[in-house]
Amino acid sequence: MMRLPAFSYRAPRTLRDAASWLADAGRDAMVLAGGTDVLPNMKRRQQTPATLIALRGVRELGAIGSEPGAAVIGAAVTLNTLVRDERVRTRLPGLWQAALQVATPHLRSMATLGGNLCLDTRCTYYDQTYEWRKAIDFCLKKDGQICWVATSSPRCLAVSSTDTAPMLQALGARVRLVSAAGERELPLADLYQNDGMHYLTRRPDEILAHVLVPDEPGWRSTYWKLRRRGSFDFPVAAVAAAAQVDPEGRVAAVRLVAGAVASRPLAAPRAEALLAGERLTDERIAAAAHALYEVAKPMDNTDFELVWRKKMVTALATCALRELRGDDMREARQRLARQVL
Amino acid sequence: MSRVIGRPRRRVDARAKVTGQTRFADDVILPRMLHCKLLRSTVPHARIVRIDTARAAAHPGVHLVLTGEAFPVPYGVLPVSHDEHALCPDKVRFVGDPVAAVIARDEATADQAVHLIDVEYEPLRTFAAPEDSLAHAEPRIHDYGDGGNVHRAVALQFGDVDAAIDGADHVFDDVFFFEGNTHLPIEQHAAVAATDPDGKLVVWSSTQTPHYLHRSLAKALQMPAAHIRVIATPNGGGFGGKSDPFNHEIVVAGAALLLDRPVKICLTREEVFYCHRGRHPVLMRFRTGVTRDGRITGVDLQTLLDGGAYGSYGVASTFYTGALQTVTYDVPTYRFRGCRVFTNKPPCGPKRGHGTPQARFGQEVQLDKIAERLQVDPADLRLNILAPANTLTANFLRIGTMGLGECVRRVVASAGWGDKFRRLPRGHGVGLACSSYLSGAGLPINWNDLPHSGVQLKLDRSGGVTAFCGATEIGQGSDDVLVAVVAEVLGIEPFDVRAVTGDTDLTPVDLGSYSSRVTLMMGNAAIEAATRARDLLAQAVSRKLEIPVARVTFADRRVFDAEAPDRGVTFADAVCMAEAQFGTIGTTGSYTPPRSEAKFKGGGVGPSPTYSYTAAIVEVEVDPVTGWIVVPAVWIAHDVGRALNPALVRGQVEGSVYMALGEALMEEQAFRRLPPRLSNALVHKFPSMLEYKSPTFLEMPDVHTDLVESMDPAGPFGAKEVGQGPLLPIMPALANAVYDAVGVRIDEVPITPEKILKALQLAAAGKPGRVGPAAFPDHVPWPEALRVTPPWEGGDGRASNEPPRRSRRKADAGVEATTGVRR
Repeated sequence: MMRLPAFSYRAPRTLRDAASWLADAGRDAMVLAGGTDVLPNMKRRQQTPATLIALRGVRELGAIGSEPGAAVIGAAVTLNTLVRDERVRTRLPGLWQAALQVATPHLRSMATLGGNLCLDTRCTYYDQTYEWRKAIDFCLKKDGQICWVATSSPRCLAVSSTDTAPMLQALGARVRLVSAAGERELPLADLYQNDGMHYLTRRPDEILAHVLVPDEPGWRSTYWKLRRRGSFDFPVAAVAAAAQVDPEGRVAAVRLVAGAVASRPLAAPRAEALLAGERLTDERIAAAAHALYEVAKPMDNTDFELVWRKKMVTALATCALRELRGDDMREARQRLARQVL
Repeated sequence: MSRVIGRPRRRVDARAKVTGQTRFADDVILPRMLHCKLLRSTVPHARIVRIDTARAAAHPGVHLVLTGEAFPVPYGVLPVSHDEHALCPDKVRFVGDPVAAVIARDEATADQAVHLIDVEYEPLRTFAAPEDSLAHAEPRIHDYGDGGNVHRAVALQFGDVDAAIDGADHVFDDVFFFEGNTHLPIEQHAAVAATDPDGKLVVWSSTQTPHYLHRSLAKALQMPAAHIRVIATPNGGGFGGKSDPFNHEIVVAGAALLLDRPVKICLTREEVFYCHRGRHPVLMRFRTGVTRDGRITGVDLQTLLDGGAYGSYGVASTFYTGALQTVTYDVPTYRFRGCRVFTNKPPCGPKRGHGTPQARFGQEVQLDKIAERLQVDPADLRLNILAPANTLTANFLRIGTMGLGECVRRVVASAGWGDKFRRLPRGHGVGLACSSYLSGAGLPINWNDLPHSGVQLKLDRSGGVTAFCGATEIGQGSDDVLVAVVAEVLGIEPFDVRAVTGDTDLTPVDLGSYSSRVTLMMGNAAIEAATRARDLLAQAVSRKLEIPVARVTFADRRVFDAEAPDRGVTFADAVCMAEAQFGTIGTTGSYTPPRSEAKFKGGGVGPSPTYSYTAAIVEVEVDPVTGWIVVPAVWIAHDVGRALNPALVRGQVEGSVYMALGEALMEEQAFRRLPPRLSNALVHKFPSMLEYKSPTFLEMPDVHTDLVESMDPAGPFGAKEVGQGPLLPIMPALANAVYDAVGVRIDEVPITPEKILKALQLAAAGKPGRVGPAAFPDHVPWPEALRVTPPWEGGDGRASNEPPRRSRRKADAGVEATTGVRR
């Protein structure tokens, strides 16, 4: 089997210890939550941290709580815990759908919300063993000089492959980062930048501690994911949508985010502007879906062909907006996701 | 009266499997065992200039570092292509080819040390596709074959096919492509080698073919085969991917001999993708002449196989792309030309269906087009042209029982075909296809006159029976067949029979779990051995009961008088009586297939004691906006001759449907060629179970399985094969269903949403709604075809223009009794 490189393992019991040990360990340290992303990557030598600071024993990070108008979800809450939470399922259906479509049931027992938000960007030239990467003389993201996805690209084009981030961005979530120096809170949207290597604005000494999800009346949300199979696969395109619809059926507020078609979740302000204050008619939905299509920039580094993936953004956005309108989308969902959501 | 055969039973090895007690190769753990890792090439094609192993050898915990010079003797599964070395001696031919081995105290140490080996390569041109290999004769990937980088080009002609096609009412000329894919067994290959206390070599391996591994170890290690014991551990899936002798098996064997300690290797998933031996990518062209009433006048087939870097079973695979068309349908004249080229990719070989699914796809999709043009129902078209039972085909294959007509009628009825075909709303469709497959290859790989399968029985005074056979349990249920057949003949319970299988020291040779041969061949050998034992017991009991032997009956663990069932003895007592009369009771049985009537060169591939038949209907839902495709249901009927254990037969059918849907919809052994101006690299696109897409439970449709029992006299209790044939019709039936749903042709697999949408867009633009290969290359160096007159024109199975052939025996010689793993 593939073997892990040697590393030190530290298991703090408090967030304070975790932050201070992370600061002490310096640049060669990484945070470990469920390990479903970091450990396979370490086996492939994509990351070789000298120290892993494990968050499993930090109780403050493992609970789902409340603040006025918001759910507060600990970053170390597993995805299975998240999807079994009654409030998430009923009040934040988009988040429930997104979390339920991450990987497999087994992996979701280990994988955490924080881990999915910080998920390393993915690329078929990068998610390979050391020997495989040596055979292509490596790539920009790790050990190499060139981005093989687009050889003239000055930046890494690895793909943001998290399901929960686009949805939480659409829900207007905020995140709380904690370090030995203090803590800060920022919109989840600002946690990301469109660079496959430097895709997080998190400083190396910061721990993603909590996710604050607004839970306000009148909001509907949904998540539509494209992948080859109904289980296992990372998204290769996704649309997250959240809207506040008034009793007359007009869109009071809306956020649309495309996932897995760039190095970060992509907001679509033009699409949102097309919908604001309008009824969700077929024409409006088509126009907004097209605007989201134009935002998407898939490259040839995931499953499926990139031109088709981009086209699928239109289909996903149409489904998402129809679902927000109140259409019965269960049959279309069953065909695409191969499960009831 | 059958008490065991024909009843669905829990398989004999089920308890061990579900309680985790089955000992797979990786479960073999021995005292003082060391661990091996291989260093594999990171370049696709290069000469090895220098290997520096000094740093690895000096690494703490390392016991041995080996390179190619330790294994100078080449080997390979087919006698005509001994082109592999355990470790590459002078050049590497694909990314993943092994160049060095480290044996260390544990796997992690071996893994660390492997990375301390420095290899200097001198790159050679990268051959990424068959077109490259046809276009450039130099540098040659191998220094043998049919010239340049052509491994083998063959041409066979049966009757005046050109006149038959030219004179037909319609000529259909279609080009198809079948992408390569791999077996994806859950168990990665593993092997452990050790010297036993008297110094002989023992190798445990997850192999489907212990006999061929035995031969290859003897040759590659230059050791007497009698001093080597190969134990095939139960395989966690094989599907053809564990049928070759592998470099890692030979390396651990050589290392165990040098160190006199056990040595283990367990491959990573990535390495399993490099072992490969999976489905060949095949480009093919079918020219078929058809009369206005839908009868075939002649078929002219060309196939081009991307063989990858080594021979493997490739010569056989090449012939198989053209062998079985005639066994399914009445093809009065036929020409087949097949060409396999070398490329710098992991070697292709036999995967479930071995060489036949590719051309089956082409033929069945073309028949759908023919039916469309002639405005005939595709089921009726096929029923009208079925190859007749008990006849000899144009290419001299002997058909036995033939239940395909019944299979077609059953699926047509169960699927409601008449109400669905061309009648469902847009986006919904059904497709039908058929197939046939061997029940065991009629000729052995190493040509000789020896039996293909042997069974020995030992009868114990306790009433227990032990059955010994070289057959290998790869999950298909061969141990269950063995005990069931013996129990049936002796009138005892399967649980009373112990199976000892796949051990070259203990068991008589069975050629291995490939070509769907085990049930038929081992089953017949087991019947012979058990019948001989029964005869001895019957004689002893007839004397005791003072009745004629003919009245002695075996059932319910008793041996009794058929006319007075109360008069009898227990089975155990009968064994004691026989032992008292004849001495220790042990019997043998063996099976040799009937001689093939095909006497021409190449006629060795295709003959079988009998053929299985399958018909399938696949239903699809296709979204015309996105091309997204869902398969809600499959109806399949399989002529298995006789279902020995219907539970296992159904399992094989459903497993085949599952695997076939993967090939039809998503699986691709695909490669990345980096821009040649920047790099020589050619790598497997995604050697992982995450990114090599294979269906999950969620993609699995409802499968309605129907078993047709044609009771073939060639098979044990009438049984034919079921392990491979049911895979074949699924891919073309799915392609035909897509056409029924949205009116576009996808003339290649996998059939993906992208391709469907592309075809729909072409159709919307007024162009042919088709995605598939444009043309078959016109510069394949075909040899002159061997001309064979079909039997109905008086042919005797020989080619009229064949040069004299060398002795068949020669290939079998040459294992010398000298020792020599060189360090």
